[in-house]
Amino acid sequence: MNKFTEDDLKKDLENKEYEYGFYTDIEADKFPVGLNEEVVIAISKKKKEPEWMTEWRLDAFRIWKEMEEPDWANVTYKKPSFQDISYYSAPIQKPKLDSLDQVDPELLKTFDKLGISIDEQKRLSNVAIDIVVDSVSVATTFKKTLNEKGIIFMPISEAIQEHPELVKKYLGTIVPKGDNFYAALNSAVFSDGSFCYIPKGVTCPMELSTYFRINEGGTGQFERTLLVADKGSYVSYLEGCTAPQRDENQLHAAVVELIALDDAEIKYSTVQNWYPGNAEGKGGVFNFVTKRGLCEKNAKISWTQVETGSAITWKYPSCILKGDNSVGEFYSIAVTNNYQQADTGTKMIHLGNNTKSTIISKGISAGKSQNSYRGLVQVGKRAKNARNFSQCDSLLMGDLCGAHTFPYIECKNKTAQIEHEATTSKIGEDQLFYCNQRGINTEKAIALIVNGFGKDVLNKLPMEFAVEAQKLLEISLEGSVG
Amino acid sequence: MLQVKNLHASINNKEILRGINLEIKAGEVHAIMGPNGSGKSTLSAVIAGNETYEVTEGDVILDNKSLLEFAPEERAHKGIFLSFQYPIEIPGVTVTNFIKTAVNETRKANGLEELSAKDMLKLIRAKADLLELDRKFLSRSLNEGFSGGEKKRNEIFQMAMLEPKLAILDETDSGLDIDAMKVVANGVNKLKNKDNAVLLITHYQRLLDYITPDFVHVLYNGKIVKSGGKELALELEKKGYDWLK
Ligand SMILES: Nc1ncnc2c1ncn2[C@@H]1O[C@H](COP(=O)(O)OP(=O)(O)OP(=O)(O)O)[C@@H](O)[C@H]1O
Ligand SMILES: [Mg+2]
Repeated sequence: MNKFTEDDLKKDLENKEYEYGFYTDIEADKFPVGLNEEVVIAISKKKKEPEWMTEWRLDAFRIWKEMEEPDWANVTYKKPSFQDISYYSAPIQKPKLDSLDQVDPELLKTFDKLGISIDEQKRLSNVAIDIVVDSVSVATTFKKTLNEKGIIFMPISEAIQEHPELVKKYLGTIVPKGDNFYAALNSAVFSDGSFCYIPKGVTCPMELSTYFRINEGGTGQFERTLLVADKGSYVSYLEGCTAPQRDENQLHAAVVELIALDDAEIKYSTVQNWYPGNAEGKGGVFNFVTKRGLCEKNAKISWTQVETGSAITWKYPSCILKGDNSVGEFYSIAVTNNYQQADTGTKMIHLGNNTKSTIISKGISAGKSQNSYRGLVQVGKRAKNARNFSQCDSLLMGDLCGAHTFPYIECKNKTAQIEHEATTSKIGEDQLFYCNQRGINTEKAIALIVNGFGKDVLNKLPMEFAVEAQKLLEISLEGSVG
Repeated sequence: MLQVKNLHASINNKEILRGINLEIKAGEVHAIMGPNGSGKSTLSAVIAGNETYEVTEGDVILDNKSLLEFAPEERAHKGIFLSFQYPIEIPGVTVTNFIKTAVNETRKANGLEELSAKDMLKLIRAKADLLELDRKFLSRSLNEGFSGGEKKRNEIFQMAMLEPKLAILDETDSGLDIDAMKVVANGVNKLKNKDNAVLLITHYQRLLDYITPDFVHVLYNGKIVKSGGKELALELEKKGYDWLK
């Protein structure tokens, strides 16, 4: 269709640039709605990206244009109109507040329940922090420690400038541009995200969130993460935040790529709490995420996730067990309440010999929500002695919600051992009465029972995250039995 | 302390308690005996506030105040404890975590500070020792895979932790071996004082050899048909219930 040459495009853009004030400093630094090659180029240009990156995005865009939005997931929703979305908005300067008194009291209540410190509350709600010096210096200390070890941890937009060879080498190798509809979209228009590289033999001395949480309040609409653990290295990475994330962007499509080279280990933990919409099912974020990791020889990747937010979640953190003796793990708790829908699970692709995978999925459904587990265990023809253990447990609260399990197994090698267990249970009146009789009210009892149910997964989270995640489960289910 | 007045209760419109009268004073031990299905567990559940039963008439009064308007957890906070005939399993929740939550919720409701982790642990150990509970037991999931006797012992451990005003023990003795019964009875006796009371539900005289009741009542078909001293239990053991019908 578009017969423009690149030069034409550029010219055209320059004119538009003026028209829409691309480089001016007016407050809402937003592109006009709609998506076409010009917009993709503009995004790339705005970020001062090298040409290879622009080409990469354009290529992704062309692939995306030919694709159709998938509808195999067990969720129903009104498909977003991709031409009604603005594809780039710089972090809009939220109004700076002078004190917490100016913050939405509902939000503060939630912060308190989560046990988030006053300073962090201020940061999250954009209140000027009087101890700025402190948090900056903490961040600087982190940075120094990381530098000494040769660890690179920076926004991916900076990495494209500063470490183009690394980004170029790995970007899109695990989740190719045309992998799926949302991944293609993300590849074309990703706004920002994180890049992390752990050099050979280095054990990252801290959880890579503390730093993250100090530096970045929110995340973008089309986030891109690339994490490379070189041979024999180790890193634990925490993504997300238990604090409620309100966002005007309805559609979120992130891509995360993990690469664990020989003998490396990556532990990737996520707590996701996007706005789920109100009790009537209005509003809420659509969260379509592609997360995948590659394990080389003796490498290990574990995904741990606690999902409580979003109106719709579509997410399957996966492991490609390419190297011999590599290990993939997936531990997940997904909570749905009210009208939320989640379709989440994992794929374990066994290609190497003696590869091992473990899947533990705990779904909790309340209200009128639908919670689906979808998992694929695939064993390649040449993968000898592959082993998988899957356990999918569902906990139902009330009669109006649903839990669904879709385990797929494709096994092409006879030496594989694959085990699958699934249970569905309900929180019983008798359990609640028992707790009540011991002085524990129903709300608290549910939290206790749910935390017990999710224990195997919560145990996998780094300590400080685990405590917050437990409280988060409690809050997500508040008012679900009454 | 506790007065049950003309209590009628039903489930699905079927009347199970049909006018029960009972008065328990501080410092007393009462025993209720009676054939299967006579309503003993129902009575204990209604006192504890189980909402699946509907109270159609009468009242349950603790310290001169009706309990009926209070939720089960509020009754627990006021000092009602029920050792369940069939304790419930809660997978993934350890005995320690459960009892810690129970104790702290009860303390908070009574305007007390939560116990520090250290004090809690000390208390848990002391009470576990009193009931000769293995420490390993404390980190297991509540009642999950417990033997019948272990479940009962765990109920009494919880009672010891909560130090209730009125403890209702619904067939705590059934499922206990002789040694365990002595341990449990000993635990109950140690916790017994002039300010609290115990209501024992049992089928067997045996338990009453260890915990001596001040009164024995016979529940039959939703009514107390006979009350007496501890010798009534011996008589029942010999004669059965037929003569009371
Ligand atoms: N949920 C229920 N639905 C229907 N009937 C019930 C229910 N709960 C109790 N009942 C009936 O109420 C009657 C009294 O039961 P309850 O459990 O109180 O007896 P009990 O005296 O404790 O007997 P046991 O000595 O066997 O423990 C029984 O006939 C029982 O079947
Ligand atoms: Mg009974």
